[in-house]
Amino acid sequence: MLDYIRSYLDPSVQQTPGQAGNLFWALVYILIVFAGVSLIVVCMNWLERKVLAHMQVRLGPMRVGPHGLLQPIADALKLILKEDIIPQGADVFVFWMAPLIILLAVFSVYCVIPFGPTHAITDMNIGILFMLGVSSLAVLGIVMAGWASNSHYPLIGALRSSAQMVSYEVAMGLAVVSVVLMTSLNPTGTGTLSMIGIVRAQQAQQIWFLFKFFPLGLISFFIFAVAMVAETNRAPFDLPEAESELTAGFHTEYSGLRWSLFMLGEYAAMIAVSSIAVTLWLGGWMRPFPHWLSGPSWDLAFSFFPALTFFFLAGLTFYSTRRMPKHPYFRVQTLGLGALGGVFLLIALILSVPGVRRSVQDVYWFVAKIAGFLYLYIWYRGTFPRYRFDQLMKVGWKVLLPLGIGVLTLTAVVGVLQP
Amino acid sequence: MNPVATPFFFYMLSGLMILGGVLVITRKNPVHSALALILTLLGQAGLYLMLYAPFVAGVQIILYVGGIMVLFLFVIMLVNIERTQKDKPFNKLWLVGILAAVALGVLLVRIYAKGSAMFVQPVVPLPETENTQRVGEMLYRNYMFPFEIASLLLLVAMIGAVVMAKKRI
Repeated sequence: MLDYIRSYLDPSVQQTPGQAGNLFWALVYILIVFAGVSLIVVCMNWLERKVLAHMQVRLGPMRVGPHGLLQPIADALKLILKEDIIPQGADVFVFWMAPLIILLAVFSVYCVIPFGPTHAITDMNIGILFMLGVSSLAVLGIVMAGWASNSHYPLIGALRSSAQMVSYEVAMGLAVVSVVLMTSLNPTGTGTLSMIGIVRAQQAQQIWFLFKFFPLGLISFFIFAVAMVAETNRAPFDLPEAESELTAGFHTEYSGLRWSLFMLGEYAAMIAVSSIAVTLWLGGWMRPFPHWLSGPSWDLAFSFFPALTFFFLAGLTFYSTRRMPKHPYFRVQTLGLGALGGVFLLIALILSVPGVRRSVQDVYWFVAKIAGFLYLYIWYRGTFPRYRFDQLMKVGWKVLLPLGIGVLTLTAVVGVLQP
Repeated sequence: MNPVATPFFFYMLSGLMILGGVLVITRKNPVHSALALILTLLGQAGLYLMLYAPFVAGVQIILYVGGIMVLFLFVIMLVNIERTQKDKPFNKLWLVGILAAVALGVLLVRIYAKGSAMFVQPVVPLPETENTQRVGEMLYRNYMFPFEIASLLLLVAMIGAVVMAKKRI
């Protein structure tokens, strides 16, 4: 058993656990990914409220814990303890299955996300196709939720949401295909659909596909960036959230834990589509400028970034600890904030150890790029007003789709003309 | 990489497909039937994976489960389900049904009796990692003309659907 576990840790293994057929490590990776995603969802929940509040010149949550840090936990507790209502005349089985199907679809996508050259649960030959296919299963969950509620508003909301998702999937697929075309620009002329293969193609061509065939890569990225916001039902395309004008969407009749499962699915889907964008256009796990700023000294400089991030977080936390009110009523909160700063400092110190420093590189850059996208999501929500449904359809079918077809054709033409 | 527990997965997926198929015809509620059909199609995608055809499996999920079945559900949900639930799910075509079942059964028994001699042995086992590339080469090199004709047919059908659905163009 121990040999079986150790066999994967051998540094000569250049495969993901799924490819190596190592069940134990695949299971460990699945657990790590699941826990990590849940943790990011909790952090994102807090950050979203805080950032949104500061954009609107408010303070945001301040009561539960220092700077409202424990607010997500309080919310989760509230949602778990809330009464779980199943409306009369609802189709209980379908009602019960709908949030589970969404969660299942969203979390299956994480199977192929490459956090590093060997840090993925598995690498499939059809990676990106698998991701698009499985995430399209989430539409089923939405349709089921709307229908099973036995009420008119969720049914109409579900039709609206799924029409939105189905139509933006088309534009999204076209943007993805133009990237797959770019991967085929190598001596053998065969492209790849594998997520790791796509990043390796960017490595071999020494360019992020964002800047490939300027501005074609940029336009296809733009199409994907708009479509992914619509796919995840987020602002400015968040019609399911439009309580005031549309009586919300497919989850009107859901409450308590089931409703929170929908929210968990939404946030997990945001992370999943962000990681598709990072893999396809932003060079996946590669650090910025791997060729322009190459050499051992630059490698060393960039390897300090993970530790520096956590040193910065620790500094920020200690600064806030000093600024806490001095009244004895706040003593526990001040101590807690100080302890959090200590934890950040400890993580930063661990990350500065040379061995650790080298091995967390890939994962750090990948997660940092995802974090950029998640911030963008919050920023959109604070900036753009909500689209009306006909405007949303118009953008999807009359702007993004022709643009996608044009970019695809031009990419093919430029790719053939290229020496 | 060696396949893991192949017989187990084969029987599990086949069992799921048969269960889904039986549920499709026995459920009174058409939405439940459609959901059971989705289960069957997913099982089929799993079988394609076992046949080392991951590309076909992925396309099966995207097209059938993510596309066609969602449209099916759209239509079914908008019809009056209370009325359809009172209808009998089995109609009077049982004679034709029995004939078809007997014909299929005879075929199955014949194939089972002949055994593996029925099937052409594969010349070269296709590596799983090249499946997508092989499909692409086949479609765009060897069978370019039929493929283009099929896409032209689809275009015609699409224009026809738009013309029929739109009152005023």
